[in-house]
Amino acid sequence: MKRATLDLWVGIFVVAGLTALTVLALKVGNLNLYNMSETYQLQAHFSNIGGLKSKASIKSAGVVVGRVDKITLDPERYEARVTMTIDKHFQFPKDTFANILTSGLLGEQYIGLIPGGDEELLKAGDEIKKTQSAVVLEDLISKFLYSKAEETQ
Amino acid sequence: MIVENLRSIGHRIVEAVWRIGFASRFFFMILLYSGTSFRRFHLTVKELFYSGVMSLIIIMVASMFVGMVLGLQGYETLKRYGSESALGSLVALSLVRELGPVLAALLFASRAGSAMTAEIGLMKATEQISAMEMMAINPLARLIAPRFWAGVISMPLLSALFSATGVFGGYVVGVVLIGVDYGSFWSQMQASVDFQHDIMNGMIKSFVFGIAVTAIALFEGYDAPPTAEGVSHATTRTVVQSSLTILFLDFILTAFMFQGE
Amino acid sequence: MSSQALVEICNVNFGYDSRSILKGVNLTFHKGKVIAIMGGSGCGKTTLLRLIGGALKPSSGYVKVDGKVIHEQNHHGLYLLRRRMGMLFQFGALFTDMSVYDNVAFQMREHTDLPEPIIRDLVLMKLEAVGLRGTHHLMPAALSGGMARRVALARTVALDPMLILYDEPFTGLDPISLSVVGNLIRRLNDALGATSVVVTHDVKESLQIVDYIYFIADGVVVAEGTPAEIIHSDKPFVHQFIHGEMDGPVPFHYPCGDYWQDLKLRPWR
Repeated sequence: MKRATLDLWVGIFVVAGLTALTVLALKVGNLNLYNMSETYQLQAHFSNIGGLKSKASIKSAGVVVGRVDKITLDPERYEARVTMTIDKHFQFPKDTFANILTSGLLGEQYIGLIPGGDEELLKAGDEIKKTQSAVVLEDLISKFLYSKAEETQ
Repeated sequence: MIVENLRSIGHRIVEAVWRIGFASRFFFMILLYSGTSFRRFHLTVKELFYSGVMSLIIIMVASMFVGMVLGLQGYETLKRYGSESALGSLVALSLVRELGPVLAALLFASRAGSAMTAEIGLMKATEQISAMEMMAINPLARLIAPRFWAGVISMPLLSALFSATGVFGGYVVGVVLIGVDYGSFWSQMQASVDFQHDIMNGMIKSFVFGIAVTAIALFEGYDAPPTAEGVSHATTRTVVQSSLTILFLDFILTAFMFQGE
Repeated sequence: MSSQALVEICNVNFGYDSRSILKGVNLTFHKGKVIAIMGGSGCGKTTLLRLIGGALKPSSGYVKVDGKVIHEQNHHGLYLLRRRMGMLFQFGALFTDMSVYDNVAFQMREHTDLPEPIIRDLVLMKLEAVGLRGTHHLMPAALSGGMARRVALARTVALDPMLILYDEPFTGLDPISLSVVGNLIRRLNDALGATSVVVTHDVKESLQIVDYIYFIADGVVVAEGTPAEIIHSDKPFVHQFIHGEMDGPVPFHYPCGDYWQDLKLRPWR
């Protein structure tokens, strides 16, 4: 085979492979462009994080604004300490409310941010004071059963 | 009788250790003489054609079917739990993490690896390698290293193609034919597939597989007895050994990459 | 012979594992000559070529080529020497993935920086010398055995070597190809001013083209001389070899026990 034809085919092959990788990254994976933009970090304490995992998304009004970076146990307060990485484009007021939510009944858990009305904004490294823990399904069911039991008594 | 058996076991072990020693020496010699493969990159490009481009069709067809089967089976299973919308993440995660790298590598081993062994083995049997040595040209630098690097470069690309085509196959069956919701298919997939954790780890896997398959194939060819029988045995050994090595390495890598979840 | 020695083989011993192949061989090849090394199959002729090419190392003694001891050369030195040697392998050993043209051009491209037009001229000249300029676009698989051997010959002399080694160049050729190759060996040697060593067991052809013949049997040189001396030699081995007699100093039977006993029979009385 002529060298030019051969080079052409190899070129097509390499381009096709790299395209496939890009498609995987952008269409299949979650490598959105914001991943490359600048970010800042926030902290929050939760008494129970349920099934939240690192890399879970952080949404505000349903829009992804960041990712959970790491989850550790605070040895003094015995609470989960969650570090979040937020896109620099999105700034939140000091009294923002962080909430662990579930997408659908059995779906992935994520953190929802509900902004408050404070003039002052959260800076890098700040902590979100107002949090609400994950809803644990078993707790919910047992509560429901107890209330039913009380009603019948 | 027992002594004889023991002796044959011992002999086999000693031989295996010898071979491993030869193989590692061979591997380091390839790395040592790799300069030519990059200085004269057209040598590697030529081998990229034979190992990469020639494997394209088998990879694309196989991955299309694998994706379609995943779509079908995944749907049947998920339907029982009423979570058909998770079909996208099931198809994509299985492909990107496991099936893409592993199946692409297995296909590559039987398509390109065996061809490499047969080619090198025949070149040795017909004294082409000796002839090259007598021409003061190092066959490791001129013949072996370009093939090695071509394999190492092709493997991740083929694996990415495998995963992408497979996802498309799953999409065709799941969304177009069965009628899973278009939006939930893609959004669930995007929510669960992480670029670094899933896609990059898959790529690292296929890179490691590429090294293993080509190194085994080239060693078997270079080490083959210079007879028709020797070459055919070496080709078989390439397919068997590289398949086992791929699956073993996959287990090790998976254990390291996806632990503690 | 007054000319200078190009290859000196001095007291060379060589063996694989416990089997010894060469036992104290002494040979001297003079510049400009065509020398034949003859002997039965498996007598160590090819081993001798490999020793000259530096593919093997003698257990004792030395092989000197152009004044340099081969086994004392490092990798680089050996490769420098090999650039000035050419070797024709038994079945040509053409690179099957390249055309005839690329085969002949191979060493020029690898070892020189010659521009492509000059390489083209050189390749066509080499092919013309073996009479196969018309085949330059063919792949080796499309050539007959005799033509492949001639292309391989063109490739061997591509860089005008000072020493050309032939490993059984006549094997498997029809009588016409055989005499063509034989004549080419002689003509190329004289045209290039090279020295040729032909390892062969083809008596008839070699007696016509070579200057000097060594006979090797059981790892030692048993006879040597010019073709005329060899033909009139009265040594039993040489006589048997040249005339292809079935039994003689080289026995027909592989050493073994008593035939009758093997068959578990009693001799007929």
